[in-house]
Amino acid sequence: MRNAALAAKLRPRAAGRRLTRPERAELWLGALAVGLLALIAGMLVFVFRQAWPSFAHNGLSWFLPGGNANTQLADVYHSPADPAHYVYTLRAWPILYGTLLSTGLAVLFALPFSLLCALFMVEFAPPGIARLMTPTVRFLAAVPSVVYGLIGILVLAPWINDHLVSASFKLDVKPIVPIGGGGLLLATLILTVMIVPIMIAINADALRSVPRSWLEGSAALGVNRWRTWWKIGVRTARPAIAAGVVLATARALGEAIMLAMVSGSFIFAPNPLDGLNMLLEPIQPLAATIVVGAEGLSVKPYGQTLYAFAAVLLVSSMFLSIAGWAARQPMRRHGVR
Amino acid sequence: MSATAVRTRARDSASSWPLLDRVGLACCWAAGLALAAVAAAIVLYMGWKGISQLKPSLLVTHPTGDVDQSKAGGFLDPLEGTLLLTGLGILLAVPIGVATALWLVEYGRPAPLARAVESGVEIIAGAPSVVLALFGLTVFSSSGLSFMSFRASGADEAFGRSFAIAGIVMSLIALPSVVAAAREALMQIPNHVREASLALGKTKAATIRRVLLPSIRPGIATGTTLGMGRIVGDTAIVVLLLGNTLLTEPQTDVPVLGLLRGTGSTLTSYVYNNSPAGEGNAPDKAYAAAFVLMVLVIGLNALAARIARGRDGGPAWIR
Repeated sequence: MRNAALAAKLRPRAAGRRLTRPERAELWLGALAVGLLALIAGMLVFVFRQAWPSFAHNGLSWFLPGGNANTQLADVYHSPADPAHYVYTLRAWPILYGTLLSTGLAVLFALPFSLLCALFMVEFAPPGIARLMTPTVRFLAAVPSVVYGLIGILVLAPWINDHLVSASFKLDVKPIVPIGGGGLLLATLILTVMIVPIMIAINADALRSVPRSWLEGSAALGVNRWRTWWKIGVRTARPAIAAGVVLATARALGEAIMLAMVSGSFIFAPNPLDGLNMLLEPIQPLAATIVVGAEGLSVKPYGQTLYAFAAVLLVSSMFLSIAGWAARQPMRRHGVR
Repeated sequence: MSATAVRTRARDSASSWPLLDRVGLACCWAAGLALAAVAAAIVLYMGWKGISQLKPSLLVTHPTGDVDQSKAGGFLDPLEGTLLLTGLGILLAVPIGVATALWLVEYGRPAPLARAVESGVEIIAGAPSVVLALFGLTVFSSSGLSFMSFRASGADEAFGRSFAIAGIVMSLIALPSVVAAAREALMQIPNHVREASLALGKTKAATIRRVLLPSIRPGIATGTTLGMGRIVGDTAIVVLLLGNTLLTEPQTDVPVLGLLRGTGSTLTSYVYNNSPAGEGNAPDKAYAAAFVLMVLVIGLNALAARIARGRDGGPAWIR
């Protein structure tokens, strides 16, 4: 065995030579790892192949507003059995807008909140409370999304319906859109709770790995603890905070079950002109639309439309993952892991 | 940790700080306490609902599709489904994940390829599980792979749905945590350990098998439990790929293969279907199942934390 390895090293690599065991091991491990890349390529190919008809029929107007997406989707679902007469017409803007709105708002709320929580955990909490914070964050991250959805739909949605929705508003918009408890507000709220733990974990990790001498340098100059952490700690951790935002966005984008349960499940673009009532209007984000429509996957044009939603999700989550990975690199380069 | 060192004086009183800084500190406290309050509210509410609704008999009776909640049975089948699916997913994810981590850390050449694989793992981690589920559906309903999927009697089209398929796709969502944990553990092993093994004449493959693998076992265990937590908690894949039938239905009478090709449900899909969003609408059952689900997931996570903590005092490499 040892001689074989030695011989392999001395001999120039000849084509057709039998590989030694260590070489085979490397090859196998490498092949498995590279197989993951093939898997991602396959994912793109398969999803896009299914999604193509929906995009091809609508062109760029797939992404634009126009018409009522609910009736459009229903038409797609009920399209004739003859493949030549499949209906694909869809203007998906309300769905995209709902996704952007819920994700954007949730990240917007979660960013300052998680940063403050991370600071509290790392520096300002008394030791007893600080010890409790880590399990708390881990717990919130571990709760399955369906449980969040269950609490949302059974507890919070009725409460919002009873206390925040005014009867006159409900009656006014009844012909256009049904207002229940579920909607943008509830979706954003629960989404925030769901992404905050990820951001706290990343932020706290980054704050802990800020070089101690930098903080001590600041403290030695007589800067108080808050300013030291705010000006030195948080600034050093900026790349990681960016990475946290990106990863949390990806998570919020991909959340399906919880949103399918609490977002009102009615495709609608909340209208900013409605003021605060906008928050009560229902949405149906991309991932939730897929889950809600799962029963119809066997109807070919409808299934292909759902794959088009998945394609949009896949591409955006890929970009976000790569961006998050890239955002972490500067800190690594400077030895701040 | 590092934080305590910065505390120049034990009683660095905030009362001497500028107003803005004091406001910042107050916000910090408010945020931290709000987070704890949310967590406490969830624990108390779910605990109260769960314990008041959960009867031991629910765990051992089959569910039935009855409108009357008192006759709708328990959730034995979903519980079995969860266990089966988790086992399947993790059995696939661990070898592949550990192999990937080994290759990334121990070989990792050509370097650009290694970097591509690294970001590939991130992409899989970031991909929404609905998308993974749809991908699995289209791959496994193609004719070449349809032997794995459930077929309704008489229908000649494969649905692309079964325990085997859901398990394979589930392994993808557990994979990133296994890779990350194994990688972290490998990078913590000092180089002189590898060098010592090589100096004794071991080949690299033997070093990996006899020296590195045993010492990253706690790391692998952490990743495995975290991955199991993710599988147990996932709903979208189950709803799309497991057929979502109330009872576990084996495809044939062949003991194992028939079950793998069969359909069923898990605790997550049971909760989803019994919530007002699904067709069942039996909130009491949903609460009870959700409580069991939460206990499972949180137990797994606590276990992962426990294993990870144990590692710090673990293999004492002489530095």
